[in-house]
Amino acid sequence: MVKSAYSFATKKEKSENHIIVVWVDNEAGVLARVVGLFSGRGYNIDSLAVAEVDKKKNISRITIATSGTPQVLQQIRLQLGKLVPVHKVADFPINKKTLMREMALLKVVSSKPQLEKAKKLCQKYKYTLLDKTEKSFVFEVSALKKEIDDLIKKLQPLGLVSASRTGVVAMTKGSEIYKQH
Amino acid sequence: MANLMTGAEIVFKALEDQGVKHIFGYPGGAVLPIYDELKNHKNIKHILVRHEQGAGHAAEGYARSSGKPGVILVTSGPGATNAVTALTDAYMDSVPLVCITGQVPTHLIGTDAFQECDTTGITRPCTKHNWLVKDINKLSSVMHKAFEVATTGRPGPVLIDIPKDIQFQKGKYIKPKALKNNNSKTKIRFNGQDKDIEAAVELIKKSSKPIIYTGGGVINSGPGATQLVRELVSLTGFPITSTLQGLGAFPGNDQQFLGMLGMHGTYEANNAMHDCDLMINIGARFDDRITGKIDEFSPKSKKIHIDIDPSSINKNIKVDLALVGDVKFVLEELVSVFKQKHPNFENSNKQKIAAWWNQIGNWRKKNSLSYINSKEVIKPQFAVQRLYELTKAQDVFITTEVGQHQMWAAQHYKFDKPNRWMTSGGLGTMGYGLPAAVGVQVANPDKLVIDIAGEASVLMTMQEMSTAVQYKLPIKIFILNNEYMGMVRQWQELLHEKNYSESYTAALPDFVKLAEAYGCVGIRAKKPDELDEKIAEMLSVNKPVIFDCVVDKTENCYPMIPSGKPHNQMLLGKQDEEKDKISEEGKVLV
Repeated sequence: MVKSAYSFATKKEKSENHIIVVWVDNEAGVLARVVGLFSGRGYNIDSLAVAEVDKKKNISRITIATSGTPQVLQQIRLQLGKLVPVHKVADFPINKKTLMREMALLKVVSSKPQLEKAKKLCQKYKYTLLDKTEKSFVFEVSALKKEIDDLIKKLQPLGLVSASRTGVVAMTKGSEIYKQH
Repeated sequence: MANLMTGAEIVFKALEDQGVKHIFGYPGGAVLPIYDELKNHKNIKHILVRHEQGAGHAAEGYARSSGKPGVILVTSGPGATNAVTALTDAYMDSVPLVCITGQVPTHLIGTDAFQECDTTGITRPCTKHNWLVKDINKLSSVMHKAFEVATTGRPGPVLIDIPKDIQFQKGKYIKPKALKNNNSKTKIRFNGQDKDIEAAVELIKKSSKPIIYTGGGVINSGPGATQLVRELVSLTGFPITSTLQGLGAFPGNDQQFLGMLGMHGTYEANNAMHDCDLMINIGARFDDRITGKIDEFSPKSKKIHIDIDPSSINKNIKVDLALVGDVKFVLEELVSVFKQKHPNFENSNKQKIAAWWNQIGNWRKKNSLSYINSKEVIKPQFAVQRLYELTKAQDVFITTEVGQHQMWAAQHYKFDKPNRWMTSGGLGTMGYGLPAAVGVQVANPDKLVIDIAGEASVLMTMQEMSTAVQYKLPIKIFILNNEYMGMVRQWQELLHEKNYSESYTAALPDFVKLAEAYGCVGIRAKKPDELDEKIAEMLSVNKPVIFDCVVDKTENCYPMIPSGKPHNQMLLGKQDEEKDKISEEGKVLV
């Protein structure tokens, strides 16, 4: 018998994938506050992208791909909203109204024909050949997360030696922007 | 040219402008410049504790009994880490604290310098916010902001980490009112709309089995909120119950009060919570000690939840109507709209809820707080009851440690005013009560302050007796001494086949001699018939007292909702234990 259990989750609700976008003051420790909130409360982070977006106002935009039950997702929004350096929190549903992109750098080391094969695979997506030697190609690919997952899987047998991904970033379609509540 | 001040001067100037009269602290290398400045500020009194955790709990007691923020000043490294338990405690129980820590000089940060630790990193999850001040010109605005964050919205602890070189540097001081407040988070009054209030009024009108359930949020909202709760209860004629932290918001001996609810709450309060058709939660957070088994929590009720913290809504229990705001402001609207729409409701509605009151009356007949008294040995419940009877004529402030004695105090000591009951609820910190009593007595110098304690808890922070003696704080430490960690022993008895693993304390000190060693008064009571006389003796001493009340070693705290059970399946006492009401699954729950 496990004596350390705290309690048992009895109702199993379905987990959903969401993208949470947080606008924060770009100050020391702010990312630790956001990430610490996730780890401390047991929320998931599938990917994370963060950079300053407004130099004048000193605002950074953090994009977090996460998953959880509707109740957990609501808690994530509300708990983030309480942090002092957080200005606003948006919950982007993963549907046709949301634009999503992830960028990856992919290095393939292989023979000429294999490299050409790899290039062909990348052509399916928006890609740039960033670097080229006799033995290697480095591609820049920008696509949906799932597409990059697929591509990586297919490139592996062709000599993929290194993959670097940014994590997903997102934006709403059309003229609207996200306003706080 | 504005006058430039040193960082240490700015700290004190800001404390003065924030109205601080007392700080609790302990000096050390990295805060010496601030301590050096103390002599120039006679209007701020420093209370020297014996351990930084004690400073934190004393500041909590000070804050909770006065409604003002508590201030702590400690050094870097171990000074800061020792304060972490108190900060976490304050975070869980929403107590406003401002903790100032010294830090190694900025150029040494990150070098593993002597007494260096990552204070802001360590305290990030146990404060509302914290700051490491690396620029002297930001120090005054950070100080003011810290007080604002600590005391507004849902109150809580904040921490300001000040490197030693910043304490020496000179910079400009900015007064609090010169700062622009652009943070809407701190200014929560009531965010809802009229239609929400009307919906609440409608639910109240429709209900035939209502219950009001209040929590610490009522106390935190201030005396105005307490008055409004009382008005709502009398306007509606509804029964009311309270969480541990809410005790005192409503008079404990009023007929409409059902006593505390939750794991060790009364039979009537828990059954009323389970069977009600309307629950009005005012400033409570559906904590797991309150709800019992979530799936079977109050299955038939509509739930209204008033809370200042939006993240408290639907966190544990889904509610039908949320009113996010400061209790006082929400109730002001609710009560005024209600009075306008339904004048004379109490009388016109009496008939409708008569059957419900009747049912509550039947539950009350179980007399769930009763116990079998003894002539030979002092029963702990009896000790708390006698303490209550002999002190109730005075304005008493009670603190507690954590465990059985805490629950007996909550059950048998009746409060009729807010801010008179200081206990560690969320974190459950053993060792809270003694230093908290120190802080309460500092804030309320002429009042009677009693720590109802257990002998195991009180030993965790016993060193603060020395603080009480130094500042002539006549706190009374009333120890229900059963030589066991009583609540641990109780769980081992009920859930671990009476394997009393490490819950007995051999070699306890002689508390009377210990009191004398500290320079205060020790009193011991061993028999029920000497209890009153000894309590009277304790009350007559104008010095700190350690009262060693030797009680029944094996008494258990009832009633009890066993883990994994809903509200309507309580254990009432020995007889229920034997019927094996605790399931195998229940045994694994905390």
